[in-house]
Amino acid sequence: MMIETRGLCKSFGEQVVLDDIDLNVAEGTILALLGPNGAGKTTTVQILSTLIRADSGEVRIAGHDLAHEPDAVRAAIGVTGQFSAVDNLLTGEENLLLMADLHHLRRSEGRRRTAALLERFDLVDAARKRPSTYSGGMRRRLDLAMTLVGDPRIIFLDEPTTGLDPRSRHSMWQIIRDLVSGGVTILLTTQYLEEADQLADRIAVLDRGKLVAQGTPNELKRRIGGGHMRLQFADMSGLESAIHILGDVLRDNDELTLQIPSDGNVRSIKVLLDRFDDESIVVNDLSIHTPDLDDVFFALTEHSNTQKGSVR
Amino acid sequence: MINISLTLRDSATMLRRDFRHSLRNLTMTVSGLLTPTIMLVLFVFVFGNTIGIGLGAATHSGSYINYVAPAIIIMTVGTGCETTAINLCTDMAEGIITRFRTMAISRASVLTGQVIGSLIRTMMSIIIVLGLALLMGFRPTASLINWIEALSLIALFTFAVSWMGVVFGLVGKTPAGANSLSLIFVLLPFISSAFVRAESMPVGIRWFAEYQPFTPIIDTLRGLLLGTPIGNSAILAIAWCAAIALVGYLLARAIYNRDPVR
Repeated sequence: MMIETRGLCKSFGEQVVLDDIDLNVAEGTILALLGPNGAGKTTTVQILSTLIRADSGEVRIAGHDLAHEPDAVRAAIGVTGQFSAVDNLLTGEENLLLMADLHHLRRSEGRRRTAALLERFDLVDAARKRPSTYSGGMRRRLDLAMTLVGDPRIIFLDEPTTGLDPRSRHSMWQIIRDLVSGGVTILLTTQYLEEADQLADRIAVLDRGKLVAQGTPNELKRRIGGGHMRLQFADMSGLESAIHILGDVLRDNDELTLQIPSDGNVRSIKVLLDRFDDESIVVNDLSIHTPDLDDVFFALTEHSNTQKGSVR
Repeated sequence: MINISLTLRDSATMLRRDFRHSLRNLTMTVSGLLTPTIMLVLFVFVFGNTIGIGLGAATHSGSYINYVAPAIIIMTVGTGCETTAINLCTDMAEGIITRFRTMAISRASVLTGQVIGSLIRTMMSIIIVLGLALLMGFRPTASLINWIEALSLIALFTFAVSWMGVVFGLVGKTPAGANSLSLIFVLLPFISSAFVRAESMPVGIRWFAEYQPFTPIIDTLRGLLLGTPIGNSAILAIAWCAAIALVGYLLARAIYNRDPVR
């Protein structure tokens, strides 16, 4: 395990921010820490990256004890937070060279890595400009490039795509995938379910400081059971006839719909529709709903006021 | 453990960064120079005659500029402190300091770089202010040794005040707040022997003027540059510098090592 926490707790005054968090991240994998704003994601990253101290609990990163060997931990990690950590008075290139100096690289090696990173992150044209002239996506790329100068084995990415446009988000995802295929271990926080689904090997769902679930995306989806099919009928008599066939199912009289458990199997759907045809029941609309992380998330966090509105 | 040579190397990196900042942030750097220059012009050409007559024989070598120039030189240290506090406070608000904290670099280097940068910047300002004073008629009588002693005293005081500037920069929530805190080193000289002799002040204020750091430091500098009696001012000056530096260093280190507040 490259990242391991046991019983991690943190409070700010009276407010409990993290309550008994256990996490495991294996080498070369991505763990997504998923949760709404205020769930404790950033605090977790701040503790694991040695910025703030935990109240209790054990943390080992790259085999080093966080409390006793913070410098060994710092040497193994790289952090890119949700607020960019670049020097706004230096140019992009100078920022990267500054990192090279602080990693005690030889001058020639520092220049080589800087040039390579500028190339890789598509910042060659902006190299001699200050970050204040950059777009949001460029700043984020420079930020991550600075993190990579020291060749860290473990990278913490705190909401790496928050505030980015879709194109920048996809290019950031590709960068993250490339990093992991190079053997880097990543702990990523996100409030986007899609992002966790796209990138993560494992997902840990954090809600109000508590870990409510942990597993692969598929394991989590399985936890809330199979999907369903939603049928809309032409009139109430059709609806009633269908209930007669189907038995006890979820009905909505206003919408004239029924919700039927289904794993999306085409053959069984066809059999059902054929039976409706035989009985002359008119189906106006049919939609199939396979479970996604949205369902998982809302099922697990049980936020009564943020129920998922509609079916995709 | 991070050894001494790495600490030095990191501090040098931070110093280079600070130097680049000074060049990029020229308005700030120039305005740090402007205040002592205006003071010098004001006190020599505008108030100089009147105050000089009031001071009478106390001005020793005659003209008021000789009395006031060492004080203005010391005041430059105060404005240097402002620049340091504002620079550091601005820096702290940027995410880059957070990044430094998560890197395996000597934590002290971030602050040491600032202090050495501040020392160099302020000494350069002082040389410019000194040059201006000489052009305006300042006539020191110091020997080479006296000059070396005088510059060493200025450097020591700048070093001490720079640590306090770092503290103000760390404590101030905004650059404006950091600036207000460092005003103490700009305003204190006014209630010292900088512009008029402490003996000429009302009793309470006079007591304060005699027992605050600027009076012995300015009196020592005057003595070194103009040959006026120094007495026990030199010891007091060095003691004040050492005390300010120590308190500033310990406070700065403690505040910087604290967990950043959310």
